[in-house]
Amino acid sequence: MPVDLRKRAVAIAVLAVLCVGRERMWAAGQWAAPPPSGTSAIPAAQLIQPEELNKLLHTRGAEMPLILQVGSHLMFAQAHIPGAEYAGPGSESEGVQLLRGRVASLPRGAFIVLYCGCCPWNRCPNVGPAYQLLRGMGFTRVKVLYLADNFGDDWANKGFPVASGR
Amino acid sequence: MQAGGSVAPWPRTGRRAPLCALFVAFIAAPLVPPFAYAGVPHPRRVIACAARVGNPLLNKPAPDFALVDLNGQTLRLAAYRGKVVLLNFWATWCAPCQVEMPVFAAWQRQHGPQGLQVIGISMDDDAAPARRLVERLKLNYPVAVGDERIGVRYGGVLGLPLTFLIDRDGVARARFQGETDMKVIENRLKTLLAQRRAQK
Repeated sequence: MPVDLRKRAVAIAVLAVLCVGRERMWAAGQWAAPPPSGTSAIPAAQLIQPEELNKLLHTRGAEMPLILQVGSHLMFAQAHIPGAEYAGPGSESEGVQLLRGRVASLPRGAFIVLYCGCCPWNRCPNVGPAYQLLRGMGFTRVKVLYLADNFGDDWANKGFPVASGR
Repeated sequence: MQAGGSVAPWPRTGRRAPLCALFVAFIAAPLVPPFAYAGVPHPRRVIACAARVGNPLLNKPAPDFALVDLNGQTLRLAAYRGKVVLLNFWATWCAPCQVEMPVFAAWQRQHGPQGLQVIGISMDDDAAPARRLVERLKLNYPVAVGDERIGVRYGGVLGLPLTFLIDRDGVARARFQGETDMKVIENRLKTLLAQRRAQK
């Protein structure tokens, strides 16, 4: 391969990389990359939408899930889904212990819904580890409430029922 | 092509080299840091988030509060009347918050002389991790650990990050929920800094 052609190839490759990554590079300069949150590992089939859960909660005779909030206790105290229990942040060892202890005696076929809503879905550090823990313990009917932005916007502000207190 | 299905060495001809290089670069670019970070919020999406600032608290006096900051001092919002206050709710488990906070510290240095006061309210359940992060980031503005009362007073802090801009008269003028383009916040901040106090 002639030298000038090789140089040209390298130059074009560099330019192409810069062009393709220009927008992302700009954004990355402004936003340091946070670590992956783990929500991407939750299968889509295991997600439950807010509307779906709200409808379930209002369906007489329907099997009610055990709803566990696996995020901030302070947020839980402000507002949570009625009947939900605080189970500790899934991203911290104390939270994992609390969650493990809460479900340890339950039958592995128990219907469980996990939620957090502390941050935008792909930034939530809690639901991914909590889901993996329950799956690892053998629970087969675990759903995760999909809150795209946060619990306020995707549940409370939609007029769905909330309770307060620890 | 060689026998047995093996692929010929790339590039096969000199003339195709630039085109092949271009193709490979386009394919490989997303794999090369910093281009590889797929989670970077797209500016258009960010602006859409920032535009959703409608909130019952806006254009009304920001709820006053008195908390004890991490240095043991009383942190009262009303004490900053006359300044433009950037009130930021954050937590150590909130990754986007930790991206914003060093920027807020830089703004405090840059715009402090013009009357900016940044206040941080940690929504962590414990003070210890908040204190560690504040020390690590060397924040130059007061930070207190919040509670559910301040959360409720501010309309429910049910998702982070959450930032309010409060004008020199103590009126909440903007609310930014979630990941927001920092330029949008800074532009609004500069507008407020340029305004004089209406009431004295």
